[in-house]
Amino acid sequence: MLLIDCPFCGPRAEIEFRCGGESHIQRPGLLSDASNSAVGDEAWADYLFYRQNPKGEHRERWYHAAGCRRWFNVARDTITHRIRAVYPMGSPCPGDQP
Amino acid sequence: MSGWRLPVGGRIDRSRPMAFRWGGRSLTGFAGDTLASALLANGVDIVGRSFKYHRPRGLLAAAIEEPNGIVQLEEGAHTIPNLKTTQIELYEGLAATPVNAWPSAEWDLLGVISLFKRFIPAAFYYKTFTWPHWQWFEPMIRKAAGLGRAPAERDPDRYEHRFAHVDTLVVGSGAAGLAAAISAGQRGERVLLVEMDAELGGGLLAEPGLVEGLSAEAWRQESLEALAGMANVTILPRTMAFGFYDHALVALAERLSDHLPVPERTGPRQRLWKVRCGRAIMATGAFERPLAFAGNDLPGVMLANAAQTYALRYGVASGRRIVVVTNNDSGYQCALALAHTGAQVCAVIDSRAEPGGLIEKVQALGIQVHTDQVPIRAKGRRAVRAIVVEPIGAKGQQQSIPCDAVLMAGGWNPAVHLHSQSGGRLAFDTERQAFLPSERAQASVNVGAAAGIFELGDAIVSARAAGQEETPPPVPVISSCGPKLTYSDGDPAAGKAWLDLQNDVTVGDVQLAVRENFRSVEHVKRYTTLGMASDQGKTSNVAGIAAIAELLGKSPGEIGTTKFRPPFDPVPIGAFAGCAVGDALMPLAHTPSEAAALQAGGIFENYGGWSRAAYFARTGEDEHSAIHREVLTVRGTVGLFDASPLGKIEVKGLDAAEFLDRMYINQVKTLKVGHCRYGLMLNENGVVFDDGVFARITDDCFLVGTTSGHAAAIAESFEEWLQCEWPHLKVLVENVTTGWAVMNVAGPMARAVLAAVGTDIDLSPEAFPHMTFRAGEVCGVPARIQRVSFSGELSYEIAVPWGYGSALWDALMQAGAERCIAPFGIEALMAMRIEKGFLHVGSDTDGMTLPQDIGFGAIVAKKVGDFVGRRSTMRPDGLRSDRHQLVGLEITDFGGAVNAGAHVLPAEAREAKGTDGYVTSSVLSPTLGRPIAMALVRQGQARIGQSVHLWDMGMWREARIADPRFYDPQSQRVNG
Repeated sequence: MLLIDCPFCGPRAEIEFRCGGESHIQRPGLLSDASNSAVGDEAWADYLFYRQNPKGEHRERWYHAAGCRRWFNVARDTITHRIRAVYPMGSPCPGDQP
Repeated sequence: MSGWRLPVGGRIDRSRPMAFRWGGRSLTGFAGDTLASALLANGVDIVGRSFKYHRPRGLLAAAIEEPNGIVQLEEGAHTIPNLKTTQIELYEGLAATPVNAWPSAEWDLLGVISLFKRFIPAAFYYKTFTWPHWQWFEPMIRKAAGLGRAPAERDPDRYEHRFAHVDTLVVGSGAAGLAAAISAGQRGERVLLVEMDAELGGGLLAEPGLVEGLSAEAWRQESLEALAGMANVTILPRTMAFGFYDHALVALAERLSDHLPVPERTGPRQRLWKVRCGRAIMATGAFERPLAFAGNDLPGVMLANAAQTYALRYGVASGRRIVVVTNNDSGYQCALALAHTGAQVCAVIDSRAEPGGLIEKVQALGIQVHTDQVPIRAKGRRAVRAIVVEPIGAKGQQQSIPCDAVLMAGGWNPAVHLHSQSGGRLAFDTERQAFLPSERAQASVNVGAAAGIFELGDAIVSARAAGQEETPPPVPVISSCGPKLTYSDGDPAAGKAWLDLQNDVTVGDVQLAVRENFRSVEHVKRYTTLGMASDQGKTSNVAGIAAIAELLGKSPGEIGTTKFRPPFDPVPIGAFAGCAVGDALMPLAHTPSEAAALQAGGIFENYGGWSRAAYFARTGEDEHSAIHREVLTVRGTVGLFDASPLGKIEVKGLDAAEFLDRMYINQVKTLKVGHCRYGLMLNENGVVFDDGVFARITDDCFLVGTTSGHAAAIAESFEEWLQCEWPHLKVLVENVTTGWAVMNVAGPMARAVLAAVGTDIDLSPEAFPHMTFRAGEVCGVPARIQRVSFSGELSYEIAVPWGYGSALWDALMQAGAERCIAPFGIEALMAMRIEKGFLHVGSDTDGMTLPQDIGFGAIVAKKVGDFVGRRSTMRPDGLRSDRHQLVGLEITDFGGAVNAGAHVLPAEAREAKGTDGYVTSSVLSPTLGRPIAMALVRQGQARIGQSVHLWDMGMWREARIADPRFYDPQSQRVNG
């Protein structure tokens, strides 16, 4: 069971959280009308279904369900479960090239 | 009858004899005995029968690694299967039965199987019982094999969970563990020291030598006093660390009452701890290795250290003519330790040509030492009678030494289980012939014997250093392991040299597996079942790996170990469940009207985590007639329904309308204040997720109604979109479901009843029309009223602060009495909504249903702008013309209601093959007096009017596809 350092509540046990899967996924822009010309089927499928599933560091979003109910990002190694960084939604992962 | 009680010595209390039952026999031990030591003291040689061949087996070990002495403890509801005799503390009146033996361990009828042993090697069953199918034979074979029986009754014991956070967790209280705990405690850290035994001290409890100039017992006492003086140190005896998980979470099982006679047990039986530690110091000790030779499973063949423990801790000798077989110095240490107890060793067989420095001490006691020799066969049928030894490499020069106990000292395997579970690596050490902990993966360190440091003084030094977070000095290997007997491939003797005593696996079985080209240790393990018994191979795995390595011409390090997985030793399922059993497993939420509803005959059931009235039975009514009456009451006069579980989410803020516009398929921004709208939400895959009525309370405050039981999920989904996708929107989401009790008054006389309880809200149809929202007071308390209807009748949903819910229920029942108001339950409501053709998300939709499938295509088309799931509804699959669509079904065969789930097939279908969809909701309509249903049917909308066949629980039914609005299709009654 992971120990996750919630940026608002401090380190708490994994059972208090829910994992929302890979983070930094861009939703294709808002549709302006009923036409689907803005986003092609393939781009939409990419957004909906395709994920990195890396062996190594994974950037994922977590939700402190039994706590502050805030979402935040976590950079976690999928082999060792070491959490390298916890950072806010919408921010780049610390250590990444801007 | 080889074991016997020594006249003096041991830590047992000889003034407190304890009677216990073993199978059918009454025996006596002493306080401080384990069941194992008491059995040995009573001369019980055979403690069990082996798993597969029913061979007679005696005690091998004195602690948790014991593979043979497996018992069923106690009877009835309190019975526990497959406990090890070595881990059961003796108590007055204890009753135990050996497993896998009938009628008794001494005279087991299935022992005849052992005569055919050589015909049933590893995987015999899988290879033989293949025709017609293994499953035909499995029950019979399982009956002959197998161990104890699970209790038939419900577990009468209680269990609990606790969490703890410590700086340092020390596992094991031998010399190393005590030293580590003291040195960590002296730094002021919060220290938790756990010991699975009842007594602290580990190996010190059977140590004859001096420790830092003191007797082992004096050193132990001094250490315990030092720890007792530290308020920052907590000690948990009878507590096993059984799992090392991620981020330094260690799970402990604490036995609270297992050591007491059954009638004296109070409070929880066991406590499961989840300990998050800053660091863990593993002082888990080591397991002695047996030696492989023919007949090494005979009763009387035992681990040397076990015999030492029995003698020094429990005052029990393992025999009267004892031979030690060894390949390292610890065999000599055992012989020396036993010499002072009265259990004299007569010979030591050492495989090394040049034994260590202890040989003279041993010889000085008159003990014969045979060097450069190995045991090749133990003789005897029901117990060992002699050990045959032979010089290494000199076949034929055998010598038989009569004896009644053979003590094996094959070297030591550090107990690296927790280290390995933590992700730490292991490295094979050729000197010690053992896997030692190497790289660590977490904040944990192994000390003492668990790190391969077997000499007591060095172990203490390493542990103290670890306690101070210093690097211990390197430790020289004092006694390396000598050669051992090896078997050539196919040697018949290999089939009698046992590796895994609990699962009956021999060196020959491993050879067979390797001959059949199993190469990976994980495969050999599963093919032979080596190490897969309840002891998880604590005494057999390393020897098995060595055997594989030998056959493949590799080193054991290259073969590697199998994966160590929790638990270290079996933990009762009840401990994992803790308090979450029975009603506490999924506690139900209760509605405010429950007490009154029960008085009115309410029959309660679990609806999505809420305990709700299904219907209200009056005298003489069954379920069907009660529901029938309730529906007719609502349609005719007025009914009252507790709708409190209805999900209520307040969505507030400047961008509330914009946000909800993106969540609903409907237009939200155009909704006027004080008005309600029925809305549908999708998930991003376009699938219908929830429905409900939302109301605009003020310009920037909405009240979102969700399906009962779905409010938390919807609120969470709102949060996810707001925080992760649209953080710039100024919106606050608050789930107020349990803040407001909701009473639903429905029926033509609903307005009169609501008026009668008193409200400051103008209820006239002009001032308060259908699908509007008003706030004010009802019965003098703040209230929010929505004029919405799921029943199809004039209907008010009156929300008051939760605490007023039951008072409002009572007031409405009283006010409605003269109009014959009747409470109604969920089932009547469901019947009414089917009559109206209102869908119920989750019943009438499934994981593929898009809005266009349930008649919302036009609303989607008219909507301006994006919303969650919109793009997905336009995928090619969503545009298919043959999608399943929601329709009504008129049942036309004059039978009763059909079952939900019945398959829809074309009218000409004569065979139940394929499907055109299925029935989603069904009822025998009380209002219409005939059965109706709703169904998801392929191209359903275009097929309205068509006759179809239904395949329903093995019967054909007839129906016609119809518009689902069976009752009041123009919805005039809600405007009443």
